[in-house]
Amino acid sequence: MTINWKKIVKAALTVASIAALTLSVVNLKPTNVNAADKDSSVAAIKKRGVLRVATFGDLPPYGWVNKDGKRVGYDVALARQMAKDMGVKVKFVQVNANNRVDTLNSNKADIVLANFTETPERKQAVDFAKPYMKVSVGVVSPKSKKITKVSQLKGKKLIVTKGTTAENYFTSKQKGVSLLKFDSKTQQFNALKNGRAAALADDNSYLYAWVKKNPKYTVGIKSVGPHQYIAPAVKKGNSSLLNWTNKEISKLNKQGFFTKDFNQELKPYFGSEVKPSDIVLKQGK
Amino acid sequence: MAHSGINVLFEGTNFARLMGGLWTSVWIAALSLVIGLVLGTLLGLLRTRQNRFVRLLLLLYLEFFRIVPTVVLLFLVYYILPRQFHVNLPATWMAVLAFSLWVSAEFSDIVRGALESVPVHQRETGLALGMNEWQLFRYVLLPQAFRLELPATINLATRVVKTTSLLMMISIMDVINVGQQIIEANNQTYPTGVFWVYGLIFFLYFIVDYPLSRLSKRLTNNH
Repeated sequence: MTINWKKIVKAALTVASIAALTLSVVNLKPTNVNAADKDSSVAAIKKRGVLRVATFGDLPPYGWVNKDGKRVGYDVALARQMAKDMGVKVKFVQVNANNRVDTLNSNKADIVLANFTETPERKQAVDFAKPYMKVSVGVVSPKSKKITKVSQLKGKKLIVTKGTTAENYFTSKQKGVSLLKFDSKTQQFNALKNGRAAALADDNSYLYAWVKKNPKYTVGIKSVGPHQYIAPAVKKGNSSLLNWTNKEISKLNKQGFFTKDFNQELKPYFGSEVKPSDIVLKQGK
Repeated sequence: MAHSGINVLFEGTNFARLMGGLWTSVWIAALSLVIGLVLGTLLGLLRTRQNRFVRLLLLLYLEFFRIVPTVVLLFLVYYILPRQFHVNLPATWMAVLAFSLWVSAEFSDIVRGALESVPVHQRETGLALGMNEWQLFRYVLLPQAFRLELPATINLATRVVKTTSLLMMISIMDVINVGQQIIEANNQTYPTGVFWVYGLIFFLYFIVDYPLSRLSKRLTNNH
């Protein structure tokens, strides 16, 4: 009677080996078709007819989803324009600040347009194209306990969002400040309102917009550290898409596309305190 | 109440989008459960066999999936598989793969435990009646084991449904991810929207999980 048991064992082993075989076939096929980086070359994208762009889905006004379920924002408008100029459709892959590099390296997207600040560390991991935006880090604090100098933050808690320029700057350059890190804007601003820390650091343009709605707070430090640039990023070594993107950014700069983009996507959010020249790089010829 | 946060839920297509996100969570959980339970039954069966090698192998399999956190599994299938082995499938299928393997591992232990808890005399009676091993399994062990494994299975199922909240880590538009989009898009106009959105999500998870508990109760009573 044990024969039946052997049959069951055999059946199970067969199922397992078929599964393993299928997996290895799946393994092999893409390797042959797209050896490493050809996957995201301009030719491959055109052939596929779809440009896969990694953007934020929860960061108004740069990349977010409006009430009609449509992706909008400064980065998203650039993505749509790039796809249009390449003559392909656009497909968005939503990312958060932490997985922007992995999304490129794992071929989940061709290009990242997600408020991605150029830093020396990131340059080791991905290739940045020409920048399309500049930012500086500002620090917001309650008016009653205003922070105006970085030295006031020594030994105090400062709120930042993970993966942002602000986190990067304070981690590497201001070691005396203890950081309280969050995943999203809503969380970080709620934490500040709840008095979890002395101040909050983020892109200054964003902070200007926020203090307008929260008059008890003020941007005590308007800018710390050097100007930093936000640029499209592609997978390391993807020179085909990198070159194309550089040309595209130069062309859009000449056309004044980014001023238009600013007026459409950022201005309603930031109000009149922030001028296009605070954010976009030199436009025109 | 022009600025009550509850309005957030009904602006534009927000409510429909949350439902769409819930559907994504539910179908991934359901499909993973179906695959995982079938595979888990088979593996559990094998674990009651005498062959030491098979038992050790399956024990390692179980311990791997029980010890490694689900979020790590998801990262593994979504980021590491494509990079190392060029397996590049849509995120939802990768999630189904990770969840199915996890469910099958956990369920194999439930099945093993249940099969071993069926009293020895039941098995011996079957043998005395001239049943072969398959008949014994099909007509004696399985029906009794089924009842024993039911509570643990329902527990596992509700855990799988809840764990779908991790899917947002690999860019899947599940209900939590959509909720977060809505919260961030509205936090300037509706600062209290966050409570309503998460409140609704809480309620949605409840109405998915509660019928499972009811079902388990009914099945236990019927037997």
